[in-house]
Amino acid sequence: MKTWLHRQTFNPDITVAVFFGVVAIFFYGSILWTGYMSLTRSTLIPSYEVIGFDQYVKLFTNYRWLVSCLNMVIFGVLFIVGTLSFGTILAILADRRIQAESLFRTIFLYPLAVSLIVTGLSWRWVLDPVNGLQGLMRNAGWESFTFDWLTNPDRAIYTLVIASIWHSSGLVMVIVLAGLRGVDNDLWKAIRMEGIPLWRAYLQVIFPGMRPVIASCVVLLMSEVIRGYDLVIAMTKGGPGIATEMPAKFAVDFYFARVNLGLASAASIVMLLLSLLMLLPYFYSEFRKRT
Amino acid sequence: MSSVSIRQIRKSFAGLTVLDSVDMEIAPGEFVVILGSSGCGKSTLLNVIAGLDDCDSGQILINDVDVSSLEPSQRGLAMVFQSYALFPAMTVRRNLSFGMEIAGTPKAKIAEKVAWAARLLQIEALLDRKPSQLSGGQRQRVAIGRALVRSSSICLFDEPLSNLDAKLRAETRVELKQLHATLKSTMIYVTHDQIEAMTMADRVAIMHKGRVEQFAEPQTVYEKPASLFVAGFIGSPAMNFLKGHLERTRRFKTHDVCLDASSYGFATEPTAPEAILGIRCEDVNVVERGTPDSMPATLAFTELLGADALGWFDCLGQRFSVKLTVDAARTMQKDVGFRFNMSKASFFSAATERRL
Repeated sequence: MKTWLHRQTFNPDITVAVFFGVVAIFFYGSILWTGYMSLTRSTLIPSYEVIGFDQYVKLFTNYRWLVSCLNMVIFGVLFIVGTLSFGTILAILADRRIQAESLFRTIFLYPLAVSLIVTGLSWRWVLDPVNGLQGLMRNAGWESFTFDWLTNPDRAIYTLVIASIWHSSGLVMVIVLAGLRGVDNDLWKAIRMEGIPLWRAYLQVIFPGMRPVIASCVVLLMSEVIRGYDLVIAMTKGGPGIATEMPAKFAVDFYFARVNLGLASAASIVMLLLSLLMLLPYFYSEFRKRT
Repeated sequence: MSSVSIRQIRKSFAGLTVLDSVDMEIAPGEFVVILGSSGCGKSTLLNVIAGLDDCDSGQILINDVDVSSLEPSQRGLAMVFQSYALFPAMTVRRNLSFGMEIAGTPKAKIAEKVAWAARLLQIEALLDRKPSQLSGGQRQRVAIGRALVRSSSICLFDEPLSNLDAKLRAETRVELKQLHATLKSTMIYVTHDQIEAMTMADRVAIMHKGRVEQFAEPQTVYEKPASLFVAGFIGSPAMNFLKGHLERTRRFKTHDVCLDASSYGFATEPTAPEAILGIRCEDVNVVERGTPDSMPATLAFTELLGADALGWFDCLGQRFSVKLTVDAARTMQKDVGFRFNMSKASFFSAATERRL
């Protein structure tokens, strides 16, 4: 005998509608509300009086915001290029059937399992001028050894790049390795028949054929750049000074520490637009392929 | 035009013998098909010839020069692959020219070669497209084109047609044959499709378990199979086999029936009396029951194939396939007699399974 519950035929549309409803309210609703707030004079308490784009003007005349954006560009370019190159080289080495491949794969993938906060903290200790690498070398007798990037305002941003490359290279390696393993064996045979040198084979035949794989990596890394917050907090807290400020940190600071809801919302909306802008080439190429 | 000599090639992999003393002499300009079912070592043999696979021992000679230690690109070979293996991000033109660019061929020469190959294969209109925009047949043409522009006198084919649909396969088969007639280069072609082998080859090498069972002209392979395996592998439906005893008087005894084998040309004198008679479906004559020197047979069912028909009979406790005309198949009686055309039959030693 069937129970009442079994006899009910659930309409899948209703199930999906609930899901879409949740997304609409909490995701797009929040975006809309943030957008609305960015057009008001809200500080601690939301104010609903629209004043136009004053907050955006304020934002782009704010020195700290401009430094944040510049930092994000420097960090983003170095991080993406560095991680892609390093991860790809690791993937190629793993694909050349080296000894103990799975051991190395685990070692290189391991950083990804470590949270960015822990990553930042570890690297802060390693790079600490007194207790880290520099101190170790000086204690060992190399008195003139200097590696103080973490406390040097001109160099601190690069320590973030080093730590995040260490953190993300494994991910790129695994994705690219999966792509390389999918390359048709006959293609390699054709490359050998034509006598194409290995580096040209990778650069001109194999990787151009793996464009979607590379694009996926870039998109993943880009999202890490834009939302980059925890690593900064753990390693430099934006310092020394404002040398390693990032847009996400700027927004959080203005939301909660400086209670300037309007300006923080404007910063968030600009970050959203930046994300969309960065994804545009990807969507464009995908769309062009379909039609 | 170049000759290829394959001498005593052996290769084993993880205790499994893949190639077992393979010997072949391929004459300049010859079209040789290596035929076998999957896992017989035919593709491995082709890869060894190309230098893409190492062998444990043996030599590959091209124009009497030992190339065993040379890299694939230095052997003066071109190769067409089953999955086409085109360079994915390059246009057809770049696919054809890239190898020559690497080799440092002058630009004018490259353009001339590409134009020549494109005209020959009728892919001129496709030159600026990417492989992903081409159909299977077009990709195969480009792959052949890439092999042609290498202007090597030996071309290797690794099951090039097996990814095409039946109609396209038949068309491309004819075109490849014409291409061979035009270029007169030596071609070594691996396939599992016996129709391709029979129609295209000057000579067929039939491989089984890493050995070349027979290396001869297609018609010879069909009419005088060198071993029981070849006899069963070539021809559709398969050859009919009968176990029996071959007597010194050239009579074949099986199930109380005695067949006169005096018209059969024995290549070797049988050492043991146990033998197997092989007879093709078209060499069985159906006669009336009770005709002298005939064996009783019973019709099981017939298959009409359009142009002709196949009859399946039970005779001497075994199922026989017999080729019939459509009219004969329609009016076939249940109880008939068989007479074998012994001059076209094959005898195999039951012990060695080689032809007698």
